[in-house]
Amino acid sequence: MKRRDFIYLSGLGAAASMLPGIPLMGNPIDPSRALETVDVSLKKQMADVALNAARSKGATYTDVRIGRYLNQFVVTREDKVQNIVNTESYGMGVRVVANGGWGFAATDKLDKDSIAKAAEQAVAIAKENSRLLSEPVRLAPQKGFGEVSWKAPIEKNSFEVPIKEKVDLLLNVNDAAMKAGADYVNSILFMVNEQKYFASSDGSYIDQDVHRIWPTFFITKIDKATGKFETRNALSSPMGMGYEYLYARPQDKIQGITPLYKGRYDMIEDARFAGQQAGEKLKAKSVEAGKYDLILDPSHLWLTIHESTGHPTELDRVLGYEANFAGTSFLTLDKWESKKFNYGSKLVNIFADKTQVGSLGAVGYDDEGVKCGQWDIIKDGILVNYQVIRDQAHILKLDASQGCCYADNWSSIQFQRMANISLQPGKEKKSIDDMIKNVEKGIYIIGDGSFSIDQQRYNFQFGGQLYYEIKNGKIVGMLKDVAYQSNTQEFWNSCTAIADSNDYRLGGSFFDGKGQPGQVSAVSHGSSTTRFNGVNVINTGRNI
Amino acid sequence: MPILTKDEAYALLKKVLSYSKADECEVNLGGTDSGNIRYARNSVSTSGKVSQTQLVVTSAYGKKSGVATINEFDDASLEKVVRRSEELAQLAPENPEYMPLLGPQTYAEPITFVQATAAITPKLRSDLVAASLQVAKDAKAVAAGFLEDTTGYSAMMNSKGLFAYNTSTNTNFSITVRTEDGRGSGYATRGYNDITKLDTKKATQIATEKAVRSAEAKAIEPGKYTVILEPAAVAVLLERIFFGLDARQADEGRSFLSKAGGGTKLGEKMLDERVNIYSDPLNPELPTSTWNGDGRPQEKISWIEKGVVKNLSYSRYWAEKKGVKAIPGPDGAIMEGGTKSLEELIAGTKKGVLVTRLWYIRDVDPQSLLLTGLTRDGTFYIENGKIQYPIKNFRFNESPVIMLNNLEELGKVERTVSVESNVNYLLPPLKIRDFTFSSLSDAV
Repeated sequence: MKRRDFIYLSGLGAAASMLPGIPLMGNPIDPSRALETVDVSLKKQMADVALNAARSKGATYTDVRIGRYLNQFVVTREDKVQNIVNTESYGMGVRVVANGGWGFAATDKLDKDSIAKAAEQAVAIAKENSRLLSEPVRLAPQKGFGEVSWKAPIEKNSFEVPIKEKVDLLLNVNDAAMKAGADYVNSILFMVNEQKYFASSDGSYIDQDVHRIWPTFFITKIDKATGKFETRNALSSPMGMGYEYLYARPQDKIQGITPLYKGRYDMIEDARFAGQQAGEKLKAKSVEAGKYDLILDPSHLWLTIHESTGHPTELDRVLGYEANFAGTSFLTLDKWESKKFNYGSKLVNIFADKTQVGSLGAVGYDDEGVKCGQWDIIKDGILVNYQVIRDQAHILKLDASQGCCYADNWSSIQFQRMANISLQPGKEKKSIDDMIKNVEKGIYIIGDGSFSIDQQRYNFQFGGQLYYEIKNGKIVGMLKDVAYQSNTQEFWNSCTAIADSNDYRLGGSFFDGKGQPGQVSAVSHGSSTTRFNGVNVINTGRNI
Repeated sequence: MPILTKDEAYALLKKVLSYSKADECEVNLGGTDSGNIRYARNSVSTSGKVSQTQLVVTSAYGKKSGVATINEFDDASLEKVVRRSEELAQLAPENPEYMPLLGPQTYAEPITFVQATAAITPKLRSDLVAASLQVAKDAKAVAAGFLEDTTGYSAMMNSKGLFAYNTSTNTNFSITVRTEDGRGSGYATRGYNDITKLDTKKATQIATEKAVRSAEAKAIEPGKYTVILEPAAVAVLLERIFFGLDARQADEGRSFLSKAGGGTKLGEKMLDERVNIYSDPLNPELPTSTWNGDGRPQEKISWIEKGVVKNLSYSRYWAEKKGVKAIPGPDGAIMEGGTKSLEELIAGTKKGVLVTRLWYIRDVDPQSLLLTGLTRDGTFYIENGKIQYPIKNFRFNESPVIMLNNLEELGKVERTVSVESNVNYLLPPLKIRDFTFSSLSDAV
């Protein structure tokens, strides 16, 4: 599905322009079908057909992914339900190495002949293109796991919750926002279930069940006289959770200038605050451009981590595989080899973790059958590692992949995708108030907004949802027209304080885009509230 | 499933509708065959082929509708999918904005299908990539590129007698060439319905030349500059206007097309009077479908005429509420240009910056349509009508609305592809004064 189709589907118009593109979502289905599953022994039989067909045609390695991708969207605006969509995408992708090169073919016809034909096509493509190879594929060794399974540890399967409960929630959210002063509100529940089966010629047969949820809203407040409008988006985070994410509990809230949410989300409360705050934004002071100390909330900082640490430490970008699309990376191999590249201040410890409970990227095994784990990326400010998959491991002289391979659909070719990349909380006991109290001239930023970074990940610009001016250790009012610009290395070296683990929260993206043809992946980034000194802030207000 | 002919699609859809018992029923059918090769580091990295078909049935009772789909086409499966959509419609909440189905429509004969593209073989794909790789290797440079082709058909029929059918082909190609030391980078992109028009060698030569010329970049101060934007750079800025033509957003007061005191800028002069933007499904250089997903005909529509907002796009619901024609949004957009080549635009420039492409475009403020992003893969300083030297990349903060009021000159129109949306457009290179670069980037 293209972004334009999504806008059509959701009826979101301008509000949807805040969302990145969404890929092919699949075919609409009856919601009850989402609760059906495909028998694992049938999946094994189908996988064996492909494995055998590819081997007989000369493949030296084959992996098969049988995927059933389920999505449910509930879309409302104000007092209306605009759309309820249930989709399913079911099929098989076969990837092979033949004559030293990769080949891939996919089919949604899962009879024996169609599966064998897809496998043969993959081998034919690999052989045809092998003449264009500069070096053969080198796969890190991977033992077969036999028949194993992994399930996301959810409490409540979103697809089991009746549509009516979801509709009622969203209409109550909209009502709360409108009563608090919003002129328009669009609210959406996205729910995802990936039922993935992986088999390879290494002897793995891996069945996995992955769940994700993202409740969100977009609120607009208009000043008719001036024609000005302001928006305030939800402070929720997409999560690798079931519907329990929406069962708010007092212990999961952080009370401050606006409620912040940790692991559970009170959507109605956030909408009520958002309705008021959209009105406050209209009246807020336009920021004076200059240097400010920034206090960045995890609901904002996740995106800066994603863009400035997550992407430049993807080894395929470092090596040039993404040069034609997303670009390369300033974190070149010589910087890693030197073991002293000063990525950030000594406080900065950033780690990759494919297992974190509740995170979007958590799985038992990646999409090439590697068991997932965690590792350091930045240690005491120094670049110490990257994110790799099987055909890259030898470049870092690793004897195994780090398990970063993912495809967004059975019809997509798996490739290196970002693990959950997170900033370690500070070791000293520090609350959000402690972060603010010593700032003379600063801005406290909550929520993610506009984001842009160059193709080697040096220069970036970020906006947010809420901006509060800090003077002499106190919040003195709201600001608008704020964006900060910096250079990745300079920015992370200006990190002077990180709140402790009590404040640690996950943010994330449902739709991180990469590759050609474009694919999305869902990934989380954790942090505690963090301070950066002397960052350049610009004023983004214009008249047309 | 192979590409169905018009008669085959008609017969299949007719059969599906014969099972319907709902007040209204609409059936959409579509299928694609697509292939691609991706390469990097002067070597193929991934390559694949995907075939998909789907049949979607929408049934409605009053203002309640339900949707179901299937990819099996025996009689029992077809009847089952109709029944399922009817069951879902009965369970659905009423949608006050539901519009009754359209009756029969008249569509122009589309010109989106080219047999040569549909007949592509793995060998032709591989030959096109080999030609591109050879250019980079000969120049001791490093190529990364992507070639994809799609052949598809779509058809729809409803219980009110509407029938539509279309076949289409498309190929998009993009190439980035970098010098071996990583200090220079160049880019080119091409899109066609007809793969025989695709010259991967020539496009790679352009990207290679830009890569070689862009090494040794100098830093110049950020600020306001006269710029010459190549069509690939124009595309990513102007498509934010194309995507934002929705009347409802403007009427509701939350668009750059909304006015103080209420109302919209429809009928008002908003841009330089040389700005003319339209869409035309029968343009031979940029053919698009002659009907859209809900069965409305796609016709030639003027969106901006002599700088005046001439038309906005409407959903059928909003058009009925406003008592106007329900014009669907454009599939591809065309901006009228001038007669000058890019070289002639450069030759007529005293001081300026040549921009090959722009990257990572994001909205900063929907009110002013302020966008941010960066130059990439070939940014050069122009003085006295000549490219003088390569310069380091810039971040910009600029609104295409402000930019199209600061128009100096338009060049000759060419077909280009947006790197952000993958949509094809016919656009001229533009010379713009006072384009705002706000900071420098070290990226190559």
